[in-house]
Amino acid sequence: MIKVDNITKSFGADEVLKGISATFEKGKTNLIIGRSGSGKTVILKCMIGLFTTNSGEIFFEDQAISKMDIGAQRTLREDIGMLFQGGALFDSMNIEDNVMFPLRMFSNDKRPEMLKRVNEVLKRVDLENVNHKFPSEISGGMKKRVSIARAIVNNPKYLFCDEPNSGLDPKTATVIDQLIQDITKENNITTIVVTHDMNSVMEIGEKIVFLKNGTLVWQGSNQEIFKTDNKDVTDFVYSSDLFKKIRNIQIKEH
Amino acid sequence: MKKLIKYISDIGSYFLMLGKVFKSHTKSSVMKELIMKEIDDLIINSLGIVAFISFFVGGVISIQTALNLENPLIPKSLIGFATRQSIILEFAPTFMSIIMAGKVGSFITSSIGSMRVTEQIDALEVMGINSLNYLVFPKIIAMLFYPFIIAIAMFLGIFGGFLAGVYGGFTTAADFTQGLQDTFYPFHLVYAFIKTFFFGMILATVPSWQGYYMKGGALEVGKASTNSFVWTSIIIILTNYIITQLLLS
Ligand SMILES: Nc1ncnc2c1ncn2[C@@H]1O[C@H](COP(=O)(O)OP(=O)(O)OP(=O)(O)O)[C@@H](O)[C@H]1O
Ligand SMILES: [Mg+2]
Repeated sequence: MIKVDNITKSFGADEVLKGISATFEKGKTNLIIGRSGSGKTVILKCMIGLFTTNSGEIFFEDQAISKMDIGAQRTLREDIGMLFQGGALFDSMNIEDNVMFPLRMFSNDKRPEMLKRVNEVLKRVDLENVNHKFPSEISGGMKKRVSIARAIVNNPKYLFCDEPNSGLDPKTATVIDQLIQDITKENNITTIVVTHDMNSVMEIGEKIVFLKNGTLVWQGSNQEIFKTDNKDVTDFVYSSDLFKKIRNIQIKEH
Repeated sequence: MKKLIKYISDIGSYFLMLGKVFKSHTKSSVMKELIMKEIDDLIINSLGIVAFISFFVGGVISIQTALNLENPLIPKSLIGFATRQSIILEFAPTFMSIIMAGKVGSFITSSIGSMRVTEQIDALEVMGINSLNYLVFPKIIAMLFYPFIIAIAMFLGIFGGFLAGVYGGFTTAADFTQGLQDTFYPFHLVYAFIKTFFFGMILATVPSWQGYYMKGGALEVGKASTNSFVWTSIIIILTNYIITQLLLS
């Protein structure tokens, strides 16, 4: 469980997060949605400690980050897996070494054991026989999957994903969503996914937080999101023609 | 005024960076590998160009000196002497380092810079790794071997001078070697290697700073590498002046 309590974040005079409070639950895929520029990436980076907030508090379980010492923060980070918007694979290393990297840094296992774990997670994300390729030699969807593999190789308790399926075809996007959902359930971890993809909302949106210009304007589940009258949410949900058509059909039928 | 403040805060952030480089170390088994890789990239991969340039510039220095010696009263051994002095004191340590600012410096800036823009540095930080230690420390250790490169430059420069002087018919082998041995102060070598050590540290850290703190995308990586070359050269030249003033006057 992760809780943010009234956090704000500014870059110079530009206030990007304007006091957000929300709870992200364990064993669920929590989504943060909103238009481009609404502050989704920034709030994620605040939670994982890449940005420091200007005010407010972030709790992992019951522990406030600001009250942890450096050692505790480092231990916490070993429990965090992060999938960056651009993948952020190390392009000087091949796939196997990328995925093995967190193990080499934080475990005392011998190489054969690490390799076994690497192959296990690569298999989990449906990637085999790419161990010795480099990130520049695989497709975008494969990169995302390698990033997921790297993020989960250490069995994190918290998984953060920034737009895991942007730039992917709808089929692959669904596969990635499902993968994140399954991993969350299997390991009973707290997962937070940033997205503006309505398909993901429908597929895996158990708990949704909607941001607009740095404020939280709505939260609920994917069941509720289609029923709300909140104007910002409906604008967002029905911004795609497809959903508008579906809604019109539904209205006619009733 | 605004620019001045920026320079001062840049200098501050450079020294803060150096402080962080030596804090919370990366696991030693991983660090060992990183150091070996940097020695390969920064030192071994520079040997070819260093050898090529020193050999031919040494030859040119020797020929130039010979051509400017018209007065018959000046002994021919001066060619060897002048070649030795200019190569040991300035050409090998200082000008080689400027060339290295172009080669090693822009390599460091662009490799760290591209890791910055593609969030690879953020990825390291999220894992709880001190990215400055991970990226910069091995470069500093590798550059401890930099004096070795410069020693090779000195040797090949003088050797090139010898070949050009003797086989170009400007002087004899005996005259040239006699010149090489004339009034030799060992302290000049000490001075040259002290400089070299500092230049090596500058080459490892200034371009790292440029890459690590850059903002933007791929285009800015290119700009940062150019900037890195300019600033590294300027700092090397200024350091050269200061060290010379302190040690030789
Ligand atoms: N490092 C930064 N420095 C200054 N401003 C920033 C920085 N990062 C983000 N911002 C600003 O914060 C705002 C929110 O950005 P953010 O990246 O969180 O958007 P987003 O919701 O993730 O959008 P997208 O869906 O396009 O990824 C933007 O106006 C952006 O300009
Ligand atoms: Mg974003």
